[in-house]
Amino acid sequence: MSEEQTKNLEDQFEARIARDEKIEPKDWMPEKYRQTHIRQMSQHAHSEIVGMLPEGNWITRAPSLRRKVALLAKVQDEAGHGLYLYSATETLGISREEMYEQLHTGKAKYSSIFNYPTITWADMGAIGWLVDGAAIINQVPLCNTSYGPYARAMIRVCKEESFHQRQGYEIMMKLANGTTEQREMAQDALNRWWWPSLMMLGPTDAESVHTEQSMKWKLKRKSNDDLRQQFIDQTVPQADLIGLTIPDPDLKWNEERGSYDFGEIDWDEFWQVVKGHGPMNKERMKARVGAWERGEWVRDAAMAHAEKKQEQKEKQAV
Amino acid sequence: MKNENLYNYILGIADNSLILGQRLGELCGHGPTLETDIACTNISLDLFGQVRSYFQYAAKIADDNRTEDDIAMLRKEREYKNVLLVEQPNTNFAYTIARQFLFDIYHLAFLSELEKSKDLTLSAIAKKCIKEVRYHERFSSDWIKRLGDGTEESKQKMQEAIDGLWTYTDELFHQTEADKIMVKQGTGVDVTKLKDAYYSSVSDVLKEANIQMPESKYFQKGGKDGIHTEHLGYLLSELQYMQRTYPNMEW
Repeated sequence: MSEEQTKNLEDQFEARIARDEKIEPKDWMPEKYRQTHIRQMSQHAHSEIVGMLPEGNWITRAPSLRRKVALLAKVQDEAGHGLYLYSATETLGISREEMYEQLHTGKAKYSSIFNYPTITWADMGAIGWLVDGAAIINQVPLCNTSYGPYARAMIRVCKEESFHQRQGYEIMMKLANGTTEQREMAQDALNRWWWPSLMMLGPTDAESVHTEQSMKWKLKRKSNDDLRQQFIDQTVPQADLIGLTIPDPDLKWNEERGSYDFGEIDWDEFWQVVKGHGPMNKERMKARVGAWERGEWVRDAAMAHAEKKQEQKEKQAV
Repeated sequence: MKNENLYNYILGIADNSLILGQRLGELCGHGPTLETDIACTNISLDLFGQVRSYFQYAAKIADDNRTEDDIAMLRKEREYKNVLLVEQPNTNFAYTIARQFLFDIYHLAFLSELEKSKDLTLSAIAKKCIKEVRYHERFSSDWIKRLGDGTEESKQKMQEAIDGLWTYTDELFHQTEADKIMVKQGTGVDVTKLKDAYYSSVSDVLKEANIQMPESKYFQKGGKDGIHTEHLGYLLSELQYMQRTYPNMEW
């Protein structure tokens, strides 16, 4: 293909996106579009799978049968999201095994929030309320993103995430209205999860490398700082409502802006965790790689069995 | 308690689902593939759903202000009535599948009989559960075949797991005093009558999986009377952790 022809295709492609048309797997797309989507979508899928670990940590210790069932269902939803997103990413020409390989070798990233430990039951509430809350703010705009399979996956994912968020808030509410010990447990969880949740919305706009291109492809519709402000404005009244205190002495309503002003985020901590030195990075990867390696003989057996069955079927057909 | 036999009988049924559900819950997020991870979590979810139905009914019968959670999480080790099979650990995926399979075949046959119980609540619960357990049985049987008739390594692991857990199968058909009274009243299931069909169904699947049916005649029992293996205490310390550490609170 000549340079001019490629340019032509690219122009048509960008025009389709501008018209809000969906790009489908068999459509022509620029290589950079494909790679950017593989990166973002697989990162999203990995986040779902690694995200199962901090919450899975409390399944056996959930305080009541009702909470245990809800937590199991939630973590199962996350596995479902992972499956759904891996499949959507496979439409771009990469296999699930390759994506796992990238995760296990540290080439692919996942959301840093899952590198923090879940040390009390209240963390199940805080994760649902804050982490899923921040995830929804990140993800709702993706329901209209340009790549069809991703947009469709996100519609379903967002519905379930919003249920998880309400469930998490309900856990916090129950604790906040409970005994002194329970209230303290809830406040402590908020204290530990608040700042990492703000970091989930990504580095400040000045530091963010992918924003401009992503905006064009509708992989992003608002800047990180705008999303963060939206999250804070939405969450502070929810904390007030259940009598918990946001751990930020600089947090103050700004009448003029119609938004909350907030304190400085510790970006050194953010980059430390992103670079693999958070409290649980090594443990999370060890758990994922361990499950994969321990499962190898099982996957091999399933494959061998399927081949035997296929051979039998072919023999019978002859 | 007015109807202590019925209460104990329900606990005997529900504790199997409770302890097996808890074991499967340990695996969530650590499965060999996403699909099996989702399936095992799903089975765990079904089992806990069943547990809730049984314990809500048991709490009603006990009528002493205890809740389903009190019954599930605040008994002493010797008061749990599950069979030894379901408390065995997740040694590896073959053990998890073998444990599931050896229980599912029994569970399905048991519920088919419980459906006919004169106790309408138990009959209704059985009707609801049986649909779920039919799926469990299909899942575990399929995996027995896949692993048994997969690679040399998987066959060996599957055989080891079946051999290792075999000793706990006979207890499924052991009758407790509460069982006998419940059978007489037309409420309970005569488990002794399920035994032949059980071993015959198990044998069919094992044959198809190229796994040898163990010949050992030495069996362990005691779970139904609260005498468990050493594994149960650790499982309970996790299950009960929150209720014990923070007593009398709502969650």
